Amino acid sequence: MTTTPEGGFQALKEEQIQQYLHDSIVVPEELQANVLVTTVDKIYNWSRKASMWPLLFGLACCAIEMIATASARFDLARFGMEVMRPSPRQSDLMFVSGTVTKKMVPAIVRIYNQMAEPRYVVSMGACATGGGPFKEGYTVVSGIDKYIPVDIYVPGCPPTPEALIYGLMKVHEKVERQSIQQVPWYRKERSEFVPIPVLGPDIFDPRQVQLIREHTLGEGAAQAATDDGGGITLKPNLLTAEQKQQLREIKARYMAAKQPA
Amino acid sequence: MSDEATMVAEEAPAVEHSLNDAVPGAIIGEWAEETEKALFVAPDKLLPLLRHLKENEAYDYLSSLTCTDYLSYGGKKRGGISERFDVVYHLFSTANKGGSLNLHVRVPEGDTVDSATSIYPGANLQESEVYDLYGIHFAGHPNLRRVLTWDGFHGHPMRKDWKEAYFEEDAKPFRSRHPKGGYQWQEDKLPWGKNATYPPEWDPETWEKPISYVPVSQAPHHKPGDIDTDSLVINFGPHHPSTHGVFRMLTRVEGETIIALEPEMGYLHRNHEKIGERNTWLMNMPFTDRLDYINSMSNNWAYALAVEKLAGIEVPERAEYIRVIMAEFSRTLNHMWGIGFILNDLGALQTPAQYAIEEREMILDLFEEVSGARLMCNYMRFGGVVRDLTPGWVERARYLANERLPRALDMLDRLLSDNEIVRGRGYGVGYLPPEDLIALSISGPMLRAAGIKYDVRKAEPYGIYDRFEFDIPTLSDGDIYARYYIRLLEAREAVRILQQALRDIPGGEVQGAPAYASATLDQGFGTIMGGKGGYTLRPPEGEVYHRVEAPKGELGFYLVSDGKANPFRYHVRSPSFINLNGLGPMSVGYKVADAVVILGAIDIVLGEVDR
Ligand code: SF4
Repeated sequence: MTTTPEGGFQALKEEQIQQYLHDSIVVPEELQANVLVTTVDKIYNWSRKASMWPLLFGLACCAIEMIATASARFDLARFGMEVMRPSPRQSDLMFVSGTVTKKMVPAIVRIYNQMAEPRYVVSMGACATGGGPFKEGYTVVSGIDKYIPVDIYVPGCPPTPEALIYGLMKVHEKVERQSIQQVPWYRKERSEFVPIPVLGPDIFDPRQVQLIREHTLGEGAAQAATDDGGGITLKPNLLTAEQKQQLREIKARYMAAKQPA
Repeated sequence: MSDEATMVAEEAPAVEHSLNDAVPGAIIGEWAEETEKALFVAPDKLLPLLRHLKENEAYDYLSSLTCTDYLSYGGKKRGGISERFDVVYHLFSTANKGGSLNLHVRVPEGDTVDSATSIYPGANLQESEVYDLYGIHFAGHPNLRRVLTWDGFHGHPMRKDWKEAYFEEDAKPFRSRHPKGGYQWQEDKLPWGKNATYPPEWDPETWEKPISYVPVSQAPHHKPGDIDTDSLVINFGPHHPSTHGVFRMLTRVEGETIIALEPEMGYLHRNHEKIGERNTWLMNMPFTDRLDYINSMSNNWAYALAVEKLAGIEVPERAEYIRVIMAEFSRTLNHMWGIGFILNDLGALQTPAQYAIEEREMILDLFEEVSGARLMCNYMRFGGVVRDLTPGWVERARYLANERLPRALDMLDRLLSDNEIVRGRGYGVGYLPPEDLIALSISGPMLRAAGIKYDVRKAEPYGIYDRFEFDIPTLSDGDIYARYYIRLLEAREAVRILQQALRDIPGGEVQGAPAYASATLDQGFGTIMGGKGGYTLRPPEGEVYHRVEAPKGELGFYLVSDGKANPFRYHVRSPSFINLNGLGPMSVGYKVADAVVILGAIDIVLGEVDR
């Protein structure tokens, strides 16, 4: 199937069918020209990518460009994506289209958890990718990937519809590369839910409770008491001498391996 | 400038006296600067004064209510009053037109102010916002709660001594980035790698979320004499396709009838104002794009006008025309978009909207051609626009304004206005009497759909609107149908202005200077195109409130300058936010499905609601 032999498509079909024409499977003569042989992966991925339903979900300005992408001029329907589903259960793809605020993160994570696998996330625009123009804001999250896994990042503020479509093509490529044998959603173990962040005095991730405790109740608290700003200022998380030594050893080994003998 | 100052100086004592006659001891000081005059009000006399102004002086419209924290003010102390917080009221009169009356109430930290909600119910959301961001308590407010942040949030973020997790310095440009280009990111510093700080001694393990006060639970459970049924609370959003973004409505329903509705916002609170105080004046321009992200041009213009008023910058003729053209194009596309999405909310999913936004793409192409961006144009500058129109632009715009747009509007009219469903769902739904709309500080098409002929373009003309011939269409019904139809009529008027502006626009160069940006820019702080001298605008000390008629209503900027390169206070009076005051009162008594359309017909944009 990968190359087009001489003789055109018809010849190709016939040639490929030959090896399957043995006694156990009888392909009627009139059907023989109509049978296509392919791999399960290919047909599985092709059908998934050609009917990928996005979640109808807009966060901010970028959502306006998402709507423009979906409407007549740019026409997402060409890619089988025009059916935007308001329910996460029915959708395969989430556009995080806009600024993610701390107040909104719990809802987004919950929606993400509710989406059935396989699910893909496109982070649309500078805000969803890294905070964008509002990064320094006190209620703005510096990128949705701090909370949920992202498949494709589309830069821009807002990305033009063309850029978004290019991002979607990349999602399609990603889908095409997956193999049904290895995809996580057919494995035995259940895929994990992302823990939902909690709105405290500031947002916190349940996975980081111990880390935060150490700093609010432990050594960080003492530091904060001497700090006039009221916030906690901590030293950069520098590598310890031990870790540095380790890195140096690894580097030395690597360099040694690269040397021609 | 000087004319205005003398006018102010003459008028000021009279106002002070007359008001003090009516309400003895109310005015305790006065502050007349070049830009705007302000009266200082004794905190205990605020309510009697407001009542007097509303009842006897026809100041019936509370446009803006906000607060400034003077903790670190660099300029002179204003009016000799040195309390920390300054609550600012801007009152207008819908009957008498004309300018505003500015009242300032100075309060020390921890003090309370009397709530204006009993006189101007429109203060409701604005007072909540001030409480949320500044921590000022309003005594007598029916429902003082955090609207933009969440219950349990630590501190009041707009205070000058409140530092966010990413705090680096008080003002931009940051020394760490310039000239060496380094940066300091909190993610690299905090062990949890996130933009968050926690108060000392706070224990996440034992922490419990405070139970939010849901105001709809206060609603009566059933009306006397009705069948005794249970009422339920239904939550819409924040992820709900009909809420036009991330917005939440809490409704209490009995059967399908709404008996109470409370909007809940803040899901897109992006800290415009805090960031705006750290930016330089010009740096805020692209941020205004992202307020009402459907009409970046109108927002640009409003901000440019406010700063020009503050700094006394003149705008050349051609630039004025360009600005009007851009603003009216964006009004047209906003109203067409609005109509499409009202229909969406009525259940005609997508098809009408596709028709309505067809011309939008053509307008966006025009925007893109001059500004480089479809949506976030960032096109205006103080004293003009950033670059001239491209060759052939005017012809293409004329084609659009003379042929395409009128045709498109006629088509929408033909297809939708007589539609039985639009009429059936629209007539009589979401009605509020005109007096209530004014009292709730609602502005824009909503007012005019209820028969109030109030438009800032006529009431307090800015730019060159006094040169064009156009009407302020009004309808008398004040229901959903009228709100739909008024947008069509207004779009037609906008097209009318466009036709005149595109006909009259002057071209060419004016004595060697570019015709699209002010020559005075050169003298003060270097041109925007890159001239000699400093690049940073430093307006003189003072404050300004400037409002324009944005497509969604009255968009105002309240700016305070202490003479430095950054605004001391940057406040946006956004129409979408304040129009939401009316959502609850309008929806009560109608069905759940109507609430969706009522929200749609207010035409909110969440970027502007939450800022
Ligand atoms: S990336 Fe830009 S356009 Fe997109 S949401 Fe953020 S600010 Fe808005």
